[in-house]
Amino acid sequence: MTYVGSSVRRIEDRPLLTGSARFAADLSLPRQLHLRVVRSPVARGRIVGIDTAGALSLPGVEAVWTAADTGDIPPIDFRMPMITGVESYRQPVLADGRVRYVGEPVAVVLAEDPYLAEDAAEQVFVDIEELRPVVDPYLDASRATEVGVVEKAYGDLAAAFAGDPVVVEMELRVGRHSAVPMETRGALARYDATSSTLEMFGAAKVPHYNRGAIARMLGLPTSAVVLREVHVGGGFGVRGELYPEDVLVCWAARRSGRPVRWVEDRREHMLAANHSRDQVHRIRAAVDEDGWVRGVDAEFWVDQGAYLRTHETTVSELTSSMLPGPYVWPAYRCTGHVRLSNKTPCGTYRAPGRYESSFVRERLMDVIAHRLGLDPVEIRRRNLIPVGSMPYERGIGALGTEVTYDSGDYELLLDLLIDHLDYGSLSADLAARRSRGEAVGLGLGFFIEKSGLGPFEGVKVTVDEAGYVVVLTGAASIGQGVETCLAQICAETLGVGIERVRVRHGQTDDMAWGMGAFASRVTVMAGSATLIAARRVRGKALDEAAEVLEAPLGDLTISDGRVFVRGSPHGPAMTLGEVARRLRPGSAVDEPGLAAEGWFEVDHMVYPYGIHAAVVKVDRDTGEVKPERLIVAYEVGRAVNPGLVDGQIHGGAAQGLGGALLEEFLYDDSAQPLAASFMDYLMPTMQEMPPVEVLVTEDAPSPLNPLGVKGAGEGGITAVGAAIANAVADALGRPEDVTRLPLSPERVRRVSERHTGRDSSRRQ
Amino acid sequence: MTERTMVDVKLDVNGRTYEVRVEPRRTLADTLRDNCGLTGTHLGCEHGVCGACTILADGDPVRACLMFAVQCEGMELRTVEGLADGDLLHPIQQAFWENHGLQCGFCTPGFLMLAVGYLEQNPDPGDDELRAVLSSNLCRCTGYQNILKAVRQAAATMRK
Repeated sequence: MTYVGSSVRRIEDRPLLTGSARFAADLSLPRQLHLRVVRSPVARGRIVGIDTAGALSLPGVEAVWTAADTGDIPPIDFRMPMITGVESYRQPVLADGRVRYVGEPVAVVLAEDPYLAEDAAEQVFVDIEELRPVVDPYLDASRATEVGVVEKAYGDLAAAFAGDPVVVEMELRVGRHSAVPMETRGALARYDATSSTLEMFGAAKVPHYNRGAIARMLGLPTSAVVLREVHVGGGFGVRGELYPEDVLVCWAARRSGRPVRWVEDRREHMLAANHSRDQVHRIRAAVDEDGWVRGVDAEFWVDQGAYLRTHETTVSELTSSMLPGPYVWPAYRCTGHVRLSNKTPCGTYRAPGRYESSFVRERLMDVIAHRLGLDPVEIRRRNLIPVGSMPYERGIGALGTEVTYDSGDYELLLDLLIDHLDYGSLSADLAARRSRGEAVGLGLGFFIEKSGLGPFEGVKVTVDEAGYVVVLTGAASIGQGVETCLAQICAETLGVGIERVRVRHGQTDDMAWGMGAFASRVTVMAGSATLIAARRVRGKALDEAAEVLEAPLGDLTISDGRVFVRGSPHGPAMTLGEVARRLRPGSAVDEPGLAAEGWFEVDHMVYPYGIHAAVVKVDRDTGEVKPERLIVAYEVGRAVNPGLVDGQIHGGAAQGLGGALLEEFLYDDSAQPLAASFMDYLMPTMQEMPPVEVLVTEDAPSPLNPLGVKGAGEGGITAVGAAIANAVADALGRPEDVTRLPLSPERVRRVSERHTGRDSSRRQ
Repeated sequence: MTERTMVDVKLDVNGRTYEVRVEPRRTLADTLRDNCGLTGTHLGCEHGVCGACTILADGDPVRACLMFAVQCEGMELRTVEGLADGDLLHPIQQAFWENHGLQCGFCTPGFLMLAVGYLEQNPDPGDDELRAVLSSNLCRCTGYQNILKAVRQAAATMRK
């Protein structure tokens, strides 16, 4: 039975198609209370007082709690600590005397009905003495909000800039935007007295880590907290990190003695869930006349928002370690400045640090090409790491491991893309259209992704006595097709029909350990663990069957859940269910049951890579950018389910397009958010999306896992901003002036008018 | 605050009558979800942009978050729970399944109802028209590529 490599229909779809799915907001429990968070309306200030009397006087309001009640709960810890000395910038679950961004939780209201809880929250009067906020920590450097510096370097930079190289210098900026999944966050917690267990439904991404963190924060044994993932409406890095609300819901359930349910509204989500990106880069390259980049000196500033949340400085870490991408760049130095402001705190969002650094690197390469009169393809080709250098040690670390590109033939992928584009004739065609007055252009963005972050993941495969299989994993699903993917690997390895396989994930009481769903790691890590566990179960079944069927072990095979002598499907056989019955406790085997665990452990990440290409048409009058074509070439090592890989790329491309053209969390001078609804925060609809042309290759399987897979979750988004920006620069004939994402109509017009001089002539 | 006024409302959903007692301000979406137990209608923004709560009211796609339950007496309402016939999926559901037209599935009920409502009235739409109609709703996972494919396939099946 061949499942791996085939676009099997998803096994998780039926409930999602029929309306019987269970997302967090779909759950309720008898006697539940509804929690509503009272949030700060100002960006920075001192809390003078909180008047809860009005809210408490409403019939049906059970409680209003503030930091005076939650004072014993410590701030939220870093899940991924990178640097030291920044503990004081962690976020408390409720504001501790000061508010630091609009949307910061100040109090919680518990009421019998969600409408009533909202009414009551409006009656909580928070008296705040306003202070002058930090709006732009890059421009307003006098405010001294820098909390950390990230530095990466290799090679001899002084030598690279010595002599008389061509020096290209740029300043670039990527706007603040984020994942904005379609489902807002939500949670339902209860304290179950029968098992003395605190249970929270609505976990995502990292349930096991969050279980431990919640237990620590509330002073409970880890074994007394159970987190349950239900259906999850998109994650993209943002959902599932431990937020104040998760802790408050659990705490309130214990304190009130009743189940507590919280579902945020969209405005809250835009103010309270992690933002991302928001970086300013200054970059200098020393280049030879033939286009060889001798060295790059980079510096960037991140507006991290008001607190350091669970990721601490992860995004800066990734920005600086992934900036060199696919190029040799023999000398490199990067300094990242992490600064706070009075805005929503930031975390990771799909391709964190890579979306930003790919924009910077690929814009830089285009500008270098322009200065030297080289073709954008040629400049890239000359600087790519050659296939003979694989595995390639980058000479820097990321997330605690050395960056070592595991495998890859970058030039092969470039050639494939060039062929697909019919690059020569496409360029000629675009030039001809430009000569007729159209502002059309082509842009490329080459990128390296990272995936399969360890250190481990585990899977337990069990065959029951009727021959049905359950796969338990500590990894999580955020809606990306994990169940199908793991079922494919299990079914094929074990030799059963996929319809007999169920996959359970994200339940902290199923597995003792679990890492979760982030960093494009689930197929790499849990997929490999599934393979290992299923092989062990298969071995156990064959051993037992060999004895019963009195056949040599090597002659047996398993297909469709039956063990038989290879080549004699109608001869003596036994089903896996029958094997399972023979392996009950009391049988001769050491470990009873037709079951096994598989653990996959790695020290290093795997590095998929790809190229984005965009053809755009710009309307010089309105500044509108219309993508005509979007092409993603992506090397994934091996596609377990090509249909799911395509889907990941499509979705990533759309989000990338949003960040390139539409999406931005803007703030006014008092740090009030200007984009807190879908009327102001614009995301791509079907109208804005061109057809996405996907070229998935399997030319460089990873040597680091038994499947050879590289994660496919993020490559769809990584260099979309870069490719679109390069295409717009090409279209407008202004190779050096496109320096800021998103390319809103206003910004595009500004670049375009600089070109035509229309702006200055109008002023005269 | 004065005492909360409650109103008795009879809703016809998927051919079944639900008698509920709600505040006049209670949205249709919340009523369907909490009072009728039909949680397949999802809320993604509650301000009428994302379309996750799209249902059919007298055959037309509407945003259930922008209507009140009290407005809907006498209307024939259809939600995602009414699409399949027992185990037999509706052609639009089947097409979404076959074409990987969903990932997290949160926006899916809204897209299904939007597409069904539109295709029942316009069985043979062109691609430009379909793109325009389907751009009423937001999806954050699929980049819309497979949603368009699925709706095209469903249109063909539904015409037969």
